[in-house]
Amino acid sequence: MHGLVNRSVQWFLRDTYGVALWTSVAEAAGIDPNGFEALLVYDDGLTDAMIDAAARQLGKPREALLEDIGIYLVGLEPLRRLLRFGGVDYADFLQSLDELPDRVHLAVPELDMPGLELKTTGPGRYTLICAADHDGFGAVFAGILRAMADDYGALVLIEAGGKGGAETVGIELLEAQFATGRRFDLARPEGA
Amino acid sequence: MDGNPHGDPALIDVADLGRLMPMFLWVAPTGHIRAVGPTLAKLCDGVVLVGLRFLDLFQIRKPQRARTMDEVRLLAGQRLHLGLREPPHTALRGLVVPLQDGQGVIVNLSFGIAAAEAVRDHALTDADFAPTDLTVELLYLTEVKAAVMGELAALNMRLRTAQRAAEEQALTDALTGLANRRALDAALGRVLDAVAWGGKGFALLHLDLDFFKAVNDTLGHAAGDLVLTHVASVLRRATRKQDTVARVGGDEFVMILPGPVDEAMITTISHRIISELEVPVTFKGKPCRISGSIGATLSTHYDRPDADRMLSDADAALYVSKRRGRAQYTIHAPGRHLPEDKRAVPDGR
Repeated sequence: MHGLVNRSVQWFLRDTYGVALWTSVAEAAGIDPNGFEALLVYDDGLTDAMIDAAARQLGKPREALLEDIGIYLVGLEPLRRLLRFGGVDYADFLQSLDELPDRVHLAVPELDMPGLELKTTGPGRYTLICAADHDGFGAVFAGILRAMADDYGALVLIEAGGKGGAETVGIELLEAQFATGRRFDLARPEGA
Repeated sequence: MDGNPHGDPALIDVADLGRLMPMFLWVAPTGHIRAVGPTLAKLCDGVVLVGLRFLDLFQIRKPQRARTMDEVRLLAGQRLHLGLREPPHTALRGLVVPLQDGQGVIVNLSFGIAAAEAVRDHALTDADFAPTDLTVELLYLTEVKAAVMGELAALNMRLRTAQRAAEEQALTDALTGLANRRALDAALGRVLDAVAWGGKGFALLHLDLDFFKAVNDTLGHAAGDLVLTHVASVLRRATRKQDTVARVGGDEFVMILPGPVDEAMITTISHRIISELEVPVTFKGKPCRISGSIGATLSTHYDRPDADRMLSDADAALYVSKRRGRAQYTIHAPGRHLPEDKRAVPDGR
């Protein structure tokens, strides 16, 4: 798995639960406590070992942990900004998800994302299909979509489902402008 | 029948034209603006552009300056570089297309490579760009590139720090922290290069401890290690920052003293080293008594100084010091078969 993915998990654990937990997870998973380099590629097994060890030590279901990681990612300002480039409102953002793997490739060619396909199933109802060799992306995206709804100020119901290579996230957009979303300027303020 | 075999003009509403090209201008043959796209209107900060003269607001710089509408029409089809005459003088690209029936020209504009700056200056949003426009993607890429470059720079910094630490380990004697043989060879190479480029030369001193074996044999290796550490600090104190002090064997040390060094300086340094070595260090209440013999040579003694030759001459001079009863220093003298030697500590030993 790409270092960016691994390091996201590392930082999530460190920022949310503290250095002590990260160190103990790293030890259990056989990872250097200094963690991962963002631009190197690591063995997939390492990522699973890290997530399993964290879920075990926190006594949390794996899916819940992955969803929290998705929410954490949107809390990182540079990442939130890159996601907000996807659309002017939440519905527009959802429609841009199909392009997300290509956008990611523009930035980091080595970073393979799961294939994403958004299907409109009814008025305000969508299903996001994550096609990946690896389980767990569905839960991460459920977290991302939940956090991005808050960012846009939209009221949504989100439910992760599906299994084995075709995980799905069900999205029901109840109200596009439920609350005031967070501000997004196309160009970052100078010096930021 | 599909298509348009007769070349009829397409009639389009000005508002729709603005949707297709949010930064267009329709300029009458007189040079007055007849209509303007919504994003371009935003750029001019609420000034009503319609009725103003195109060339009063915009300056066409390339491919050549245009001062009249006739000159503007001559630039039709070419890529124009132009800018707002008023601050912030936003740079723009443009294309002029003539209209039929003397209706003037359409000028379509876009931001060049400085899109991010323009978007910031004019507080533009996604809605200010046509859905087909890739400017927003350009902004996305600019931002993502900065983030990735930042990561790369941090990675390079970490790798460089690790590399320095590894190099230091590879060039240092673990016990004393002095330079090791490899570091000495490198330093010798550097001072020889400097001489070849007209530098001031250097001195090479070879020190061998006297009575070190006795300390090791009677008091043990721990005492020996203590003595070696002590010797290292004596040598560090006796030399300058730019000098190289290396431990090259069990109890052998080599010093390189670059710069204009003469025999008098070698005498002073050797005296100091030998007398300080003779101050015993205490190991478990017992004094460890040692001394040292030194052989030295100067690069100025050679037409073309060479590492092996100088090391071997310093070694020969050291041998003379040993033979003369230890605690001596000897400077290799060129042309003389037996190097001259001098008492290091003249007062009655």
